[in-house]
Amino acid sequence: MTWLSHIKPDFWSVRPNSPGASRYMFNYRRIWKWSVLLTGIVSLIPLIFITLVDYKVTEQAFESEFRLRAARLVSNTRRVVGFFLTERRAALDFIARDNDPQALTDPARLAHILEGLQKSFGGGFMDLGVIGADGQQKTYVGPFSLQDKDYHEQAWFQMVVDRGVYVSDVFLGFRQVPHLIIAIRQNMANGSFQVLRASLGIGPFEDLLSNMELGGLGDAFMVNGRGVLQTNSRYFGRVLEPMSLPVPEYHPSTQVVDGLSSTGEKLQIGYCFIEDTPFILMIVKKNQDLMRAWHRTRLELILFLVFSVTLILGVILGTATYMVHNIHLADEKRLMSLHHLEYSNKLASIGRMAASVAHEINNPLAIINEKAGLIKDLFTIKQLYAGDAKLNSLVDSILASVKRAGKITKRLLTFARNLEATVEGVQLDELVREVFSFVDKEAQVRDIHIEVDVSPPGVAIRSDRGKLQQIFLNIVNNAFAAVEDGGHLRVKVRHEEGNDGVVLSFCDDGCGIPPEDVHRIFEPFFSTKTGKGGTGLGLSITYNLVHEIGGRIEVVSEVGKGTCFTIHLPNDIGHERMKA
Amino acid sequence: MRVLLVDDESDLASALAERLDMRGIEADWVDSGQEALERAATVHYDLAVLDLKMPKIGGLELKARMQARYPHMKFIFLTGYGSEKDFETVANDSGEQCYLVKPVEIEDLIRLMNILTQDAGGRP
Repeated sequence: MTWLSHIKPDFWSVRPNSPGASRYMFNYRRIWKWSVLLTGIVSLIPLIFITLVDYKVTEQAFESEFRLRAARLVSNTRRVVGFFLTERRAALDFIARDNDPQALTDPARLAHILEGLQKSFGGGFMDLGVIGADGQQKTYVGPFSLQDKDYHEQAWFQMVVDRGVYVSDVFLGFRQVPHLIIAIRQNMANGSFQVLRASLGIGPFEDLLSNMELGGLGDAFMVNGRGVLQTNSRYFGRVLEPMSLPVPEYHPSTQVVDGLSSTGEKLQIGYCFIEDTPFILMIVKKNQDLMRAWHRTRLELILFLVFSVTLILGVILGTATYMVHNIHLADEKRLMSLHHLEYSNKLASIGRMAASVAHEINNPLAIINEKAGLIKDLFTIKQLYAGDAKLNSLVDSILASVKRAGKITKRLLTFARNLEATVEGVQLDELVREVFSFVDKEAQVRDIHIEVDVSPPGVAIRSDRGKLQQIFLNIVNNAFAAVEDGGHLRVKVRHEEGNDGVVLSFCDDGCGIPPEDVHRIFEPFFSTKTGKGGTGLGLSITYNLVHEIGGRIEVVSEVGKGTCFTIHLPNDIGHERMKA
Repeated sequence: MRVLLVDDESDLASALAERLDMRGIEADWVDSGQEALERAATVHYDLAVLDLKMPKIGGLELKARMQARYPHMKFIFLTGYGSEKDFETVANDSGEQCYLVKPVEIEDLIRLMNILTQDAGGRP
């Protein structure tokens, strides 16, 4: 999860129950979560809703478009098929009216008429026959030998006799070839009648149906009312076989319905009953093929949704993180200045107290000094008790202690005086040694070796003595916390090469700082001494102080080897900066 | 050289006076500003060593009043309090760094006395 730790914003680690979280004004995780959630809801829900509506509307539009197209195709085909049959029936009707019944029984005349029909109407007419009222074929012209065949028991013959006109469905008949017949009753003057019958092959139908633009995988065919195929079908059987789909219910107009194939595939079935014929025209398409275009559109819609949602989520996450990160930064800055103020106040109080303590102690100390000095004078000048070595050494000891106490109070006074912001000439070696005088007791006790190397000796800059003292003290304290007993602290002061300033380095051989923490040590509240009394403010205050006096601070550290703080300071910070 | 020591801590002033005496410097001591003014009216002093902070009449005020009456007099301040402001005031007022922080080394005090009085002698 290291990549996560790289992109994880700082505020994420501030948990409500983590140490120090109560310092912050807000619960950043909660703000982030709520802003992501609310912005997400108000931007994503309308998008998803609109996309779903669009999805549904487009799907319905596709469906109704396909239905409309199927219905139009079925209607057009019905008109063509209907016209084909009507035209041929009208031709027979015309022949019956135009020719004397007797003349039609003449094979030569009939053959001449058939030839005319075949030439005028193209394909379709296979043969012609004249059947007497007794059902006996009187005359026949055509490729089959059907002369004298008896049709009086055939159902269709009765239908012609009853209705006058008859169009059959497709059957094999005597010739054993799929065909259909159109028959017309021709009444004769003597009250009898004869039947003029023509047979048509199914070729023209199949040509008509195969010429339709079904688009790829559609199927168009005709069935009769009993579900027997009247033309070959691509998927549902051969001519005169029963169709593998249910027979549609009668309806006077074109219908488009949903259906299922025997294998369970969803189908769209368009059909219509062709008037005055036994035929039902059916156009069947597989839903899957029809909806292919819709599937492409659907995929585009889904991709659009996924892309939009990703983009919106990305923007929301980015904006929320940026916003909360900035609030967190502002809050940290606020806290930092509060703490800085608190620190300065505390330091000022300590300064005042130190000065007051030093003053209070200095007066009695001065009395002791003078009294002991007087005793010493009595011994040495007046030569009283001059030979008493013990008394002399006692007085010397008192005077030495007074001197020592006086040094301490003077150091306290210097410390307090330094807290007042003034720009003055500061001798860096003197100041560094002064700072070490605060910790030399600890250094002695812990056997910490301190080396101060100032070159050239007496190097001085114009700066704020008090701030420099705080900076050095903070870094020295930090080093003391890092080194083991018997460790080393090396301070070097040098003129900066090619630059108008000085460089101070404080190097210890302590525990060092892990690489992942190095860049964070100047951040406020970052502490490795959490729970051990560290506020995490020492180095951050040091960093600010260095900047305030126009310098910069760098750190190099290696775990187990030690840490080096390098401070670059200008030779003269000038008065303008101090006023600012 | 005759010196007047003024310090509200009479233990300090008396001991210091005695030590100066032993070193051949004639020193009197008093423990308040009022007394100092009275004493200075009767005795001629070359130099006064004043505690900076005393009740009623402080060191600086006392110096001002004495200097007005006895322009030849030199002054050294003693202080147990080392704030920058005090030093600045003293330094600006006298134009010289004539102050010492308690506890003082007697040799430092005598050295400073000698410098001040020699300066005075050198002037026309």
